[in-house]
Amino acid sequence: MSLLLVGANHKTAPVEFREKIALAKEEIPEVLSKMVATGPIREAMILSTCNRTEFLAEGEDIHGSLEVIREILASRTRVSTRDLDPYLYVLAGLDAVRHVFSVASSMDSMVVGEPQILGQVKEAYKISLQCRTAGPTINRLMHHAFRVSKRVRTETDIGRGAVSVAYAAVEMARHVFDTLGNKTALLVGAGEMIETAGLHLKQKGIAKTYVTNRTFWRAEALAKRLGGEALPFESLGNSLAMADMVLTCTGAPEPIITKEQVKAAMKARRNRPIFFIDIAVPRDVHPSVAELQNVFLYDLDDLQKVVDNNKAERIKELEKAGEIVAEEARKFSLWFSSLEAEPTIRELLEWAEEVRIKELRKTLKRLRGLDERELEAIDLMTKALIKKLFHRPIVKMKREGGRDGSASFIGLARELFGLDGRGSGR
Amino acid sequence: MDLGIVGLFLWKIVIICYAVVSTAIFLYLTREKLSNPDWSRLLVVGGFLVQSVLVVWLWIETGILPVGSLSKALRFFSWALAALYIFVLYRYRLSQLGLVLLPLATIMWALGGPMREAKASSPLLASPWLTVHGIFSFLGEATLVGAFGVSVLYLLQERRIRKRISPSFLARLPSLEVLDHITYKCMAWGFVLLTAGIVAGAIWANQAWGSYWTWQAKETWALATWLLYAGLLHQRVSSGWGGRKGALLLIVGFGFLLFTFIGAGFMGSGPHRFDRLQG
Repeated sequence: MSLLLVGANHKTAPVEFREKIALAKEEIPEVLSKMVATGPIREAMILSTCNRTEFLAEGEDIHGSLEVIREILASRTRVSTRDLDPYLYVLAGLDAVRHVFSVASSMDSMVVGEPQILGQVKEAYKISLQCRTAGPTINRLMHHAFRVSKRVRTETDIGRGAVSVAYAAVEMARHVFDTLGNKTALLVGAGEMIETAGLHLKQKGIAKTYVTNRTFWRAEALAKRLGGEALPFESLGNSLAMADMVLTCTGAPEPIITKEQVKAAMKARRNRPIFFIDIAVPRDVHPSVAELQNVFLYDLDDLQKVVDNNKAERIKELEKAGEIVAEEARKFSLWFSSLEAEPTIRELLEWAEEVRIKELRKTLKRLRGLDERELEAIDLMTKALIKKLFHRPIVKMKREGGRDGSASFIGLARELFGLDGRGSGR
Repeated sequence: MDLGIVGLFLWKIVIICYAVVSTAIFLYLTREKLSNPDWSRLLVVGGFLVQSVLVVWLWIETGILPVGSLSKALRFFSWALAALYIFVLYRYRLSQLGLVLLPLATIMWALGGPMREAKASSPLLASPWLTVHGIFSFLGEATLVGAFGVSVLYLLQERRIRKRISPSFLARLPSLEVLDHITYKCMAWGFVLLTAGIVAGAIWANQAWGSYWTWQAKETWALATWLLYAGLLHQRVSSGWGGRKGALLLIVGFGFLLFTFIGAGFMGSGPHRFDRLQG
């Protein structure tokens, strides 16, 4: 029984690579079923956001599980498994647990402390529940992760200052615009990222907000929530001319904003600057747009750099959060080990109970004339004897059972007590 | 009256003030940790007051605006630049503009040399129109140099945004929007002042020689410069030639200004010619 996590994020891979391995929500169930189809993987979950794509697997054979995931990645990206490796991180056991907790606590986010990631993790877990690829380990791990995230949020200041990617975006916009009070923002997309960004811009006093989205009613709904106006997606080109700031985060596989469109928009708005923030992966705004005069384009990787500069102030909080995560990861692994020792302990106790009852009967046959109270006392005494005798070995097995190399404690117990030869083992 | 030793001393004071503040602004802009000290503002104002005393003294001594020779013109220009800088400092809080304007003011003041005793001058030059012409032309040109200076800041900031240079370098620059706006203001006001200067010059020329325009080298170049800025302004207002393009063109404009100011003073003949290098 072992946990494995394979992934790539904004720290290990450039946006081009992340675009390749990113999975749309609709694609995840298919890949999940592929993961568990071949054998070594018993439980699976996939988290795919703008910044990261991670595969979580639980199975007996770590190496086998890793191979399955690498094969899936290679076939999806059409990149050889060897070329994939530089961008991937592979974590096992306690490291994987720690990573999952860090991600859920927004410590690994591009904007450290941004709150959206928890929702995204929950969503990923929900998908794997629906696909029935989440088993006891992932269930327990996820619920624990949600608790850790809450603890980190309440016990550290990690979330302060960083509302979301929008925070970094507004910081950047400050270099271009003096005030947002007379600016117009165009939000392209209607997802959670866009909503958070829109709210943040509203807080910062943006004068007007337009929302456009392929599904118009979603644009309308979001525009209503933000006090803005929805625009038809078909007239995106014209809408650009009205916007000083354009934020995009759609699931489109190809760029939806081209250089020609922006060029025309710039002419229409007599060259007043436009600031594009493209938080979509794959990108929504073609990179060549940045070549135009008075057009500024930032993608997720650029925001990362902005965020890095504010990081120093948050390192202390990160350390605090790191301690919480480490502590919780230890707790989890304790449970995880005990999970491993569980069947053996149960068998051991069953066997002890059998012996006790057998011996008790033998003894009671000879001791006649005992009253109710005396019978109960003997019963209790034998029970206590077993409990006391097995207490230490059981604790030892629970604690050490799951660790690599010390799994032999369980084997040792089985051998010492002859559990495997009893024939009644599961 | 000869200012002599005192004049030399005051002249040096101005150089020191401006040089120190130039350095302070440079350090403030490039080192994230430093803050812009309050004394730098006092130092600029102090230097400017000393400059004003010297310029006004020379003006009173000779009875005409002290711009008639290269060194006088350089000093007067330096004074006009400092005046503009202080205005921008208090009006727009753009102390960063000192990065461009103060070194220029320092160099021009230093090249101009210390004040010497005044020479008697032609009564022809004592006309009030000439004074108006001089003041407006110099202030106009200084303001256009200001537009150039803000454009330089604009280009630095723009580069920083495009190249994603970490904020520690020139982090204190205002937003592009503000820089573009001040550029436009400087351009517009510089243009208006320059126009007024040229018109006053023409009126004076008519009074002195009975002709408004004589196509002297300086006049021709000033006209070219004026036309260039007229064009830039028009394009900015009508076609949105702001931003990077506008900033680059203002750097070209600065070339024109510099040539009109210094180069044309050595061409042809007439009252604009810097005959005496000392003075």
